[in-house]
Amino acid sequence: MLPYIVRRLLIAIPVLIGITILNFCIVNLAPGNPVDMFIDPNTPQQLVEAKKEMLGLNDPLIIQYFKWLWQLLQGGFGYSFSSFAPVTHIIGERIGPTLMLTSISLTLGLLIAIPIGILSAVKQNTRFDYIITGLSFIWTSMPQFFLGLGLIYLFALHFKILPTGGMLTIGGDDNFADRIKHLILPVSVLTIAIIGKKIRYVRASMLDVLKQDYLRTARAKGLHAFIVTNKHALRNALIPIITVFGMEIPLLLGGSIIIEQIFQWPGIGQLTMQSILSRDYPTLMGLNFIAAIIVLATNLFMDILYFVADPRVKYN
Amino acid sequence: MSMTDIRVNPTTRMDAAQMIESEPEERYTQQIIRRFRKNRLAVAGLVVIILLILTGLFAPWLTPHNPNELTAVFSASPSTTHLLGTDQVGRDVLSRLIYATRISLIVGFITVSIYVTIGTILGLISAYYGGWMDMIVMRLADIFMSFPYLMVILVVVSILGSSLTTIILVLALFSWPTVARLVRGSVLSLKELDYVKAGVALGLSPARIMFSHILPNALGPIIVNATFGVAAAILSEAGLSFLGMGIQPPTPSWGNMLSDAQSLTVLTNQLWLWVPAGSILLVTVLAINFMGDGLRDALDPKQ
Repeated sequence: MLPYIVRRLLIAIPVLIGITILNFCIVNLAPGNPVDMFIDPNTPQQLVEAKKEMLGLNDPLIIQYFKWLWQLLQGGFGYSFSSFAPVTHIIGERIGPTLMLTSISLTLGLLIAIPIGILSAVKQNTRFDYIITGLSFIWTSMPQFFLGLGLIYLFALHFKILPTGGMLTIGGDDNFADRIKHLILPVSVLTIAIIGKKIRYVRASMLDVLKQDYLRTARAKGLHAFIVTNKHALRNALIPIITVFGMEIPLLLGGSIIIEQIFQWPGIGQLTMQSILSRDYPTLMGLNFIAAIIVLATNLFMDILYFVADPRVKYN
Repeated sequence: MSMTDIRVNPTTRMDAAQMIESEPEERYTQQIIRRFRKNRLAVAGLVVIILLILTGLFAPWLTPHNPNELTAVFSASPSTTHLLGTDQVGRDVLSRLIYATRISLIVGFITVSIYVTIGTILGLISAYYGGWMDMIVMRLADIFMSFPYLMVILVVVSILGSSLTTIILVLALFSWPTVARLVRGSVLSLKELDYVKAGVALGLSPARIMFSHILPNALGPIIVNATFGVAAAILSEAGLSFLGMGIQPPTPSWGNMLSDAQSLTVLTNQLWLWVPAGSILLVTVLAINFMGDGLRDALDPKQ
């Protein structure tokens, strides 16, 4: 097992370097340079030049890249163009709410999609199966912002039982019930998107396993259907599902931008939008980099988990 | 079965070969069509897509008003002159919805054709040559896939400036890896088959083996992936436009039409400004996904 993990880590190194290069390129594609964009056009040219020199914007791109990389290795992303606070600090403040939103949605998604997917497979071609398959199609095709707006319209504006957005009632007392109320709508949108896709994966994976000979043997031995499904089949069906849920992380991080925008959720999605609008490149670079690292790390973790869970996986 | 049964004499083998050869090409296509037609939802999806394409093509003849024409009434509720009302600057909502079909279909189909081409070529090369080539292409795919899709696209489009062309190119730039991996996977298994080895032994050029012998057999999953890709690209464009970073008004897109509903007055009191745009987007994506599912079953009966 150790050689596999080492190999997998070694492969991740060039990918990590590639991520830093691509990330640097993306932000430096911007036409013009930040100084020209932020500085008062009446500032004397000498001052502008001095500022550029100070920020290192006159260096060749490759030097700028290595400077950025050096900064990164020391654990920093520089300072925000708009608030002048350290980027790590700004992101640190905002990552909590996003992690809360995404982890709750992912957990709920798992808890709902797995049993429904299994049931759908076991009851293949029954009315239950058709309804679930139909619903999962609608859920996957639903634009998240449309669903979000619809839910706000229904539950916040029409029935007035839930807040329209935010994490807390401003000026209200900070209690648990209030937090839960604010979580319900954004979590529902993300969870619905997850279960829509995952039900079909779980179902397909379960159907695959149910066809196997060893299950026929188990049934032929006279084992109870419940044990066959939940002990013999489920264990094997869950293995591919591990990776599939890992693949959900980048989608969740991307999707959180829309959700956080609609529900005014103070996480990194909203921060991304704010940084885009204020052309705050250091913050954008930091955000993109952290998101990519999260994805890379989850993929690595899922691969290793998969390897541990399934002894049949050969590594080459 | 005894060994003698397997050892057929050369003449019968020829006949068998001829029989396979003379099996008309369209038999296979017909089989696929027959299997596809059995899936009613997939057929319905196809019909909706054809209707949408026609709507996009004939938009100027179908629209009651010019989509960018400002009428005197702002935010008017649906009436006989404006079936779906007017928006906040007095443009006819129905006409804008119809024109927006063009944007969605253009983004969907062009984005997918670009990245499927790139992904297929890279996947083929990667799997066929293996070694260093494979390592480089796959690590590149890893790098591009590490960035959360919507987030990186939003950042890149906002930096480059949002135009239809940029949106299409950026979506394509971050979408090819899935296709490359898919193609690589199927080519790796096809490469081991005897007919490919026969091709190598015959001295055919790698390009000919890849494109005329391997690719046709790997086409099924690519087509299915491309179909779902059209739906995903349409959703991404709508998401970008909704956030104000995609198609810019006055050009109508379903996403930027929904963007107005971020104001609570519109959301509460002017349903016609956002419900029709969201619904048509949902129906379009649903239709494409149904069709993709039907195609998957039709092209790969094993599943």
